[in-house]
Amino acid sequence: MLAILKREMRNYFTSPIGYVYLAVFYFFAGFYFFGSTVLPNTTDLSNVFSSLFIISLFVLPILTMRLMSEDLKNKTDQALLTAPISLFSLVMGKYLAALAMFVIGISVTLAYALVIALFSTPDWAMLAGHFIGLFLLGCALAAIGMFISSLTENQVVAAAGAFAASLGLMLVDGLSSLTQNTLLKKIMDGLSFNSHYTSFTQGMLSLKDVVFFLSICAVFLFLTVRVFEKRRWN
Amino acid sequence: MLEVKHLTKTYGGKRAVDDVSFTVERGQILGFLGPNGAGKSTTMNMITGYLASTSGTALIDGLDILSSPVKAKSKIGYLPERPPLYMDMTVREYLDFMYELKAVRLPKEEHIGEICELVKISDVYGRLIKNLSKGYRQRIGIAQALLGNPDLLILDEPTVGLDPKQIIDIRGLIKTLGQKQTVILSSHILPEVQAVCDRVIVINKGRLVADDTPEHLEQAMSAEHRLTVRIAGPEEELFRLLSALPGMLEVHRLGERESGTFEFSLETGREQDIRRELFFRLAEKGWPLLASRPAGLSLEEVFLSLTSESESGPGEQTDAENSEAQEGGEA
Repeated sequence: MLAILKREMRNYFTSPIGYVYLAVFYFFAGFYFFGSTVLPNTTDLSNVFSSLFIISLFVLPILTMRLMSEDLKNKTDQALLTAPISLFSLVMGKYLAALAMFVIGISVTLAYALVIALFSTPDWAMLAGHFIGLFLLGCALAAIGMFISSLTENQVVAAAGAFAASLGLMLVDGLSSLTQNTLLKKIMDGLSFNSHYTSFTQGMLSLKDVVFFLSICAVFLFLTVRVFEKRRWN
Repeated sequence: MLEVKHLTKTYGGKRAVDDVSFTVERGQILGFLGPNGAGKSTTMNMITGYLASTSGTALIDGLDILSSPVKAKSKIGYLPERPPLYMDMTVREYLDFMYELKAVRLPKEEHIGEICELVKISDVYGRLIKNLSKGYRQRIGIAQALLGNPDLLILDEPTVGLDPKQIIDIRGLIKTLGQKQTVILSSHILPEVQAVCDRVIVINKGRLVADDTPEHLEQAMSAEHRLTVRIAGPEEELFRLLSALPGMLEVHRLGERESGTFEFSLETGREQDIRRELFFRLAEKGWPLLASRPAGLSLEEVFLSLTSESESGPGEQTDAENSEAQEGGEA
């Protein structure tokens, strides 16, 4: 697992992908930090974090698109799948690499907190809650992206699929306000990433939301393993 | 060492590999012979655990590849049909990665260095794999399979893409490896298998059609003897003279080559050696024999003779061909 994690991390930085992701993420994070914290003269970072929800939805596919597709296309999966490691550690190695990149991206918010700390005292507990929320969102999105990547050997399709999934997650909110059916509305609200994430940015760290993101993550990790299993048996 | 039991693989209702069973003893070099799409790669992929079998299994040192895959895989070094190389890595990075992935416990620098010497890739150690030629890539693939000195080496067409000198080197290497390790190699080149292997398994349309030593196989294959000759002289009279030779089964005209010289293909019984008789009769007439060479059996003929026994009807053949096409699509 560690070997795969290391290889994937190195791959992010020997190809443009890692740099593109970090540049895009830092640019937008910096933009919102300037626009919603520095300009209005506040120590409150919650607006930054709520904007990063959308940014994460759209930049994470960059990280996950090649995770599995590239191996399928170049047949390097034959080396991975005939090596003496379990399927689960193969999937985890790749997943943790994408997640590590995501964390490198969101860590920039800690720098913002330090900048604020130079002038005043930021609310550290609230910040920790924000950060955990964003991290959990990343866990869930990376798992979804990796799952989509494992379905195709075409990176473009993998990226487009992950974008579509992100868009879908955003649309769920809009749809639930349109529907009359209470049961359907309940299901849609329950599945809404936005509402689960928003409670973090409002300063609440509720077990319900933590469990929600972690279970999304577990489900898609499991499905990714199953995709590989199925491919073997076909 | 390796025990393959009734391996079967079905792709969408078509049988790509059909009830293949064999065992390989430690230190044996086994050749896997078959035309493209015969099921060689599929069989190898099942033995190495890349694909799961529809039914049947393979035991490596008694470890079942389906029920204890991690332990069984640690005993196998595998070079797939297309070497599984990461183009964006240097040879050093790639071998380091594979070393860690396989959790090899031998001293790292020394072990990797040794292998690089063995397959002669030390001179490109620091270069990116994507910039290397096919021959180098193939050898890096072999190097990767050798990491950790696995008991069982499975090489899928190891000499594809190599130049003649490299082919000879790799064949030599496989022979050396075969003294300690068990080697299975696939090929569709008959002389290659003859040169390296102790034993040959022939697969056609997913079925095992022969399992023997190369010598026996060759004898069984070549029921008749064939000779191609080039003679300067009048064509018609030559044809009559050749046809009248004792033990001659068939004479084919191959046409005029240089002006006034003709080539013929002669087919005689296996025990019959007509070369001396041929020389004296031609000398008598004063027609010089310019060239004479034995025409070996081509692989197609080997397969024709092997498969004509195992096939029952034309209907079945179409079926098998379909499954070949499908396998090609999956690859």
